[in-house]
Amino acid sequence: MSQVGETTGTISFKPLQKTQSQLNTLVRPSTTFFQDAWFRLRHHQRGMVGLAIVALMLLLAIFGPMLTHISYSDQNLSQTYQAPSRAHIMGTDNLGRDIYVRLLYGARISLSVGFVATLISLGIGVVYGTISGYYGGRTDDIMMRLVEVLMSVPDLLYVILLTTVIKPGLIPIYIVLGAVGWLSMARLVRGEVLSLKEREYVLAARITGARPSRILFRHLIPNAMGPILVAVTIGIPSAIFLESFLSFIGLGVSAPMASWGSMASEGITALQSHPHLLFFPAAAISLTMLGFNYFGDGLRDALDPRMRR
Amino acid sequence: MAGAELVRPVSSSSAPHEVAPGEVLMEVRDLKKYYPVTKGVFSRTVAHVKAVDGVSFNVRKGETLGLVGESGCGKTTTGKVILRLQEPTEGEVWFEGQNIMGLQREQMRRLRREMQIIFQDPYSSLNPRMTVGDIIGEPMIIHGVARGAAKEKRVRELLEVVGLSPEHARRYPHEFSGGQRQRIGVARALALNPKLIVCDEPVSALDVSIQSQILNLLVDLQAEFGLTYIFIAHGLAAVKYISDRVGVMYLGKLVEMADAEELYANPKHPYTEALMSAIPEPDPTLKRERIVLEGDVPSPVNPPSGCRFHTRCRYVMDICRQVEPELRDVGGGHLMACHLER
Repeated sequence: MSQVGETTGTISFKPLQKTQSQLNTLVRPSTTFFQDAWFRLRHHQRGMVGLAIVALMLLLAIFGPMLTHISYSDQNLSQTYQAPSRAHIMGTDNLGRDIYVRLLYGARISLSVGFVATLISLGIGVVYGTISGYYGGRTDDIMMRLVEVLMSVPDLLYVILLTTVIKPGLIPIYIVLGAVGWLSMARLVRGEVLSLKEREYVLAARITGARPSRILFRHLIPNAMGPILVAVTIGIPSAIFLESFLSFIGLGVSAPMASWGSMASEGITALQSHPHLLFFPAAAISLTMLGFNYFGDGLRDALDPRMRR
Repeated sequence: MAGAELVRPVSSSSAPHEVAPGEVLMEVRDLKKYYPVTKGVFSRTVAHVKAVDGVSFNVRKGETLGLVGESGCGKTTTGKVILRLQEPTEGEVWFEGQNIMGLQREQMRRLRREMQIIFQDPYSSLNPRMTVGDIIGEPMIIHGVARGAAKEKRVRELLEVVGLSPEHARRYPHEFSGGQRQRIGVARALALNPKLIVCDEPVSALDVSIQSQILNLLVDLQAEFGLTYIFIAHGLAAVKYISDRVGVMYLGKLVEMADAEELYANPKHPYTEALMSAIPEPDPTLKRERIVLEGDVPSPVNPPSGCRFHTRCRYVMDICRQVEPELRDVGGGHLMACHLER
């Protein structure tokens, strides 16, 4: 082999002698799928911006209220409609309540609605979707027709109907949003499972005699995790938005509890004279949605199977 | 092949397979697999795709039976049905004296230890979320053969048997090349010491330079463990090297079956003849007549009347259009389905 370099003289490249053992040495450190995805996410600029916004919002929601000495319901009727100032950095509302403090408490409600509602729809959707996709045939037909029927009713109609049956409040909102969100999750998971169950590693497991539970939990669900996670990060902001909207039209949390939507609703009455009442809650909603959407985008790129292999 | 001595005893229940040529391990009788073609809201069945339409053959212990044919001829479906990955429309498959199509779920589960499969695509045949050790160890867990340290020891042995190193057990499939992945697939198939392995085009997705390595590995393993292979491929070249007997399929039917040497020296069916002429010739100076078949494979929904090959056969006679030729013995166990006398 080294003759090649000598005879041609000018070429300074030399083929390396390779042995079978060298060929089978792997140089790259072993990485799991999620380590790889994290690596790609770290280099995704918008994704990281989104992650930073989401993390900031979470921190503010968890720790913010602990650091303030006034409560969201503390009124000061001598200081109504204050513009932003040193004492109240975002001003005060019609009852003299500090908007910044109310936003922090509102963040707890809005974010918890986002997470809890999405978790509920995740739980129902994954179970429903995997069963439908894995068993296929008539089971799948019936289960999916049911989803389609439920989907054909507008989300909002449901929510309004459900909130007239259940009393308005925080827990009903969790339930209502979860009950609406699982439909699209079930469809997504079913689609993933349908394509995954024909993969050869699943066939190999079936030929070996694996039981359905093993195939579902070891093969199908872990491999469907990528698109599911992306759907979750996209689902959270839409739940937050829906909650804000419900509070805005008066079906959400009731006073004096603050949610971003109810604050925006109060702010709109004084929009002409005191625009900051609407501006700050609207900015909080927009920023959070933006953060989650950016993060979801980054996550989708990082988990995209076409970037692996 | 270090560690080979250690590998065998782990499966305590199955005695070493004695290789007695001629003894039948599996018998396939008149196997049919039709897929319904449905239409409309109520899924009315309007036609059937006759993927496999009456195939019968024996597989002898310790041999390699090659199954050859173009894509769509039903060879892969045959492989899947005899492993009962799909239920046949009709027909029986006898494995070591029992009809596996009549087995209950639990009995079938136990029998699955004896049969394995190696897939074509090394990229989709390994679960990307499991380590190589978990992939190879999974069959042992499913059948409760070994767990914990015993399982890991066996995984390391198997990795060595297929020419990888034991440290690879902690790696993930995406870190390996196609050939290495195929070796992992082979190790998984060997995990339970099966008697029969269906190799579904195990080398056609690999580089030519890697193909021979995998074929050699399969040959070595067969000698070492007394395995029986059903080797499915779309060209005669790879099959020629590895098979003892070869069956040629066309549109869901066996058209010819003979010992490999006999088939290559003396192909009787016009279709086999055409396939033979498509084997690449390594000597560029050698001129050879190539038989190019006209047209495409006819649709298996509506196969041609009489002999299914008559639309593309260059010797076609009137009888071929009306009467379907039976698979008959033309001497020395050479089976062929053609009206032509020669």
